Amino acid sequence: MASRITQRPRDLWGRALGSLSAVLVALSVTMIFLYVPSDQVQGAVQRLFYIHLPAAWLAYFSFFLIFVSSIAYLARRHPRWDRLARSAAELGFVFTTIVLLTGSIWGRPIWGTWWTWDARLTTTLILWFIYLAYFMLRAYVSDPERAARYAAVLGIVGFVDVPIIHMSVRWWRTLHPQPIVVRAEGPAMPESMLLTLAVTMVAFMVLYLFLLVEKYRVERMKDELAELRLQHSG
Amino acid sequence: MIAARQIYAIVRKDLLLELRAREQVVGMGVFALLTLVTFNFAFDLTGADRAASGSGALWVAIMFAGLLGMGRAAAIERQQGAWEGLLLSPADRGTIFLGKLASALLFIGIVEALALALFTALFALPVLRPMVLLVVGLGTVGFGTLGTLFSVMAATTRAREVLLPVLLFPLALPVVISSVRATTLLLTERQAEVGPWISLLLGFDVLFLGIAYLVFGHAVEE
Amino acid sequence: MPAIEAVGLTKRYGNRLALAGVSLRVETGECVGIFGANGAGKSTLLRILATLVRPTTGHVRCCGLALPGQANEIRRLIGVVGHQTYLVDDLTAWENLDFYARLYGLRDAAGRIQDVLDRLGLGDRAGERVRALSRGLQQRLSIARAILHRPLVLLLDEPDTGLDREGRDRLQALIADQVARGGAVLLATHSVEFGSQVVSRALFLDRGRLAWERPVGEELAGELERQLRRRP
Repeated sequence: MASRITQRPRDLWGRALGSLSAVLVALSVTMIFLYVPSDQVQGAVQRLFYIHLPAAWLAYFSFFLIFVSSIAYLARRHPRWDRLARSAAELGFVFTTIVLLTGSIWGRPIWGTWWTWDARLTTTLILWFIYLAYFMLRAYVSDPERAARYAAVLGIVGFVDVPIIHMSVRWWRTLHPQPIVVRAEGPAMPESMLLTLAVTMVAFMVLYLFLLVEKYRVERMKDELAELRLQHSG
Repeated sequence: MIAARQIYAIVRKDLLLELRAREQVVGMGVFALLTLVTFNFAFDLTGADRAASGSGALWVAIMFAGLLGMGRAAAIERQQGAWEGLLLSPADRGTIFLGKLASALLFIGIVEALALALFTALFALPVLRPMVLLVVGLGTVGFGTLGTLFSVMAATTRAREVLLPVLLFPLALPVVISSVRATTLLLTERQAEVGPWISLLLGFDVLFLGIAYLVFGHAVEE
Repeated sequence: MPAIEAVGLTKRYGNRLALAGVSLRVETGECVGIFGANGAGKSTLLRILATLVRPTTGHVRCCGLALPGQANEIRRLIGVVGHQTYLVDDLTAWENLDFYARLYGLRDAAGRIQDVLDRLGLGDRAGERVRALSRGLQQRLSIARAILHRPLVLLLDEPDTGLDREGRDRLQALIADQVARGGAVLLATHSVEFGSQVVSRALFLDRGRLAWERPVGEELAGELERQLRRRP
């Protein structure tokens, strides 16, 4: 066990992902601020959109990861699935927070208010609360195995619930701008904006993958440390 | 067949216990009524648009009382010590879930009957109608399903009184929205628009009954 | 076919190892005692065998059925007395047993309930609420509950807790009867006096491991006393 930790080969994957995401993030920041022109109607604040949209996708993708690893955990009961769920949850929470903040800042000049009870915004807020509940549940259960099981149950129920929450809120009230990227007749955006968005999207995904790998490794080390403590005390 | 008898045994036991100890329904009922009365002062529920805020008040009262009752039920099971006895029995975990859900629905149902009667009397809103009762029933099943699942989980944690609403309210949001909307539409004589909300409630109930039935075993292991 | 067969059981609770690799075999027609100090892992072991706790690693078979896949079939075959009484305090003795009879789907529930109440000397207390019974009588009722469905295997975790002389005699008779009928009993206790009277084989658990195992003989009681005294 001990040798596995000290002699682990220098991790090429992690370094490659880290360097690549650093380059891509730098590139997308440059593009967002220097390359892409300001939106004619919305002005400079529209540049937030290049961060907002990828963050939103990753916030929801994280929940999908939690869902899959929760099912796998309950079926197999291997700690690796719980580690994956834990890692995805933390990233998902961060990205959901980014979505809410950028959306709110954008909404101030455009909608004239920090917050509006629009369908997508409200769903994202509820998603944020579900993530919060997920962490609280874990924090209030002392036995890690039980915490993992409970969290997996919440992960499954929550993921299935999110589309229904969205649907119910949309029926309730909607004010959000209609989708402009994925449309049948093709995207309604100048090429430079589309290119910037594409680059940011890729940058975010690589960054996400890098963070996920690193986070997973930290979680595994924590588990191994607990294991070692146990062996030395027992 | 054996499952039906086991569910009956669980409900019978809970009912008998409630008749003896009276730890749930009375408290829930008083709580629901006080919520309604408090709402009357918080929002004016006597005005012309009282149908809209009234149905909101009704559902908040029902859900807060339900939350209280389900949390209490899980605590009683643990404190009386029979919970593990139930788990030792050859009843399927899914069957145990259905039994506990049936008890919760029974108790919440009694409280609802009381709240609806008082609601009619206090605010002169015609809630005792088949369609409204259908919405109340569907909403309660959805809320009770998630509540039963989460209350047994929350009961073994620290800070369980805090945790249950934190888990339940975000996930039960579709039930809250559709129940309130459907009730408002019915009370304002717009029956034609109520269809989608009832389908949403029905879909929610079926989906989460299925999921809770399947995952309940993982929630009750020690 | 052994009544209980457990291989390599471990159980972790966070940073604590409650069981550190226990294997055991209980044949039908024997009463095996598990001795050990508090916190040695006796209860965890019994709770795993009782299907309440899933082991971190290891396998359990009971009468040829495997955990956790066939847990419900196993639950029909085992009767468990634990630290909790598994009784509803505000129901009467009879109502409690009736509840369990319904859960197990027993035929002739009334006859069986009367029978187990009589065997534990509770025949005239059937209408009393559990809350009103003394700790010792509650323990007797808990034992009655465990044998109501005539289990093949009895898992008893310190069943003599709170019992008076008469209660212990009844418990002893019941264990002897179970063994004579070809059932099996696994009994965890730290009472050497009670344990050595009923067990035919003794296991000693020490900090989650099986320290030793031996058949009951004259020197067993003395040896157990020494072991227990070594670890207060």
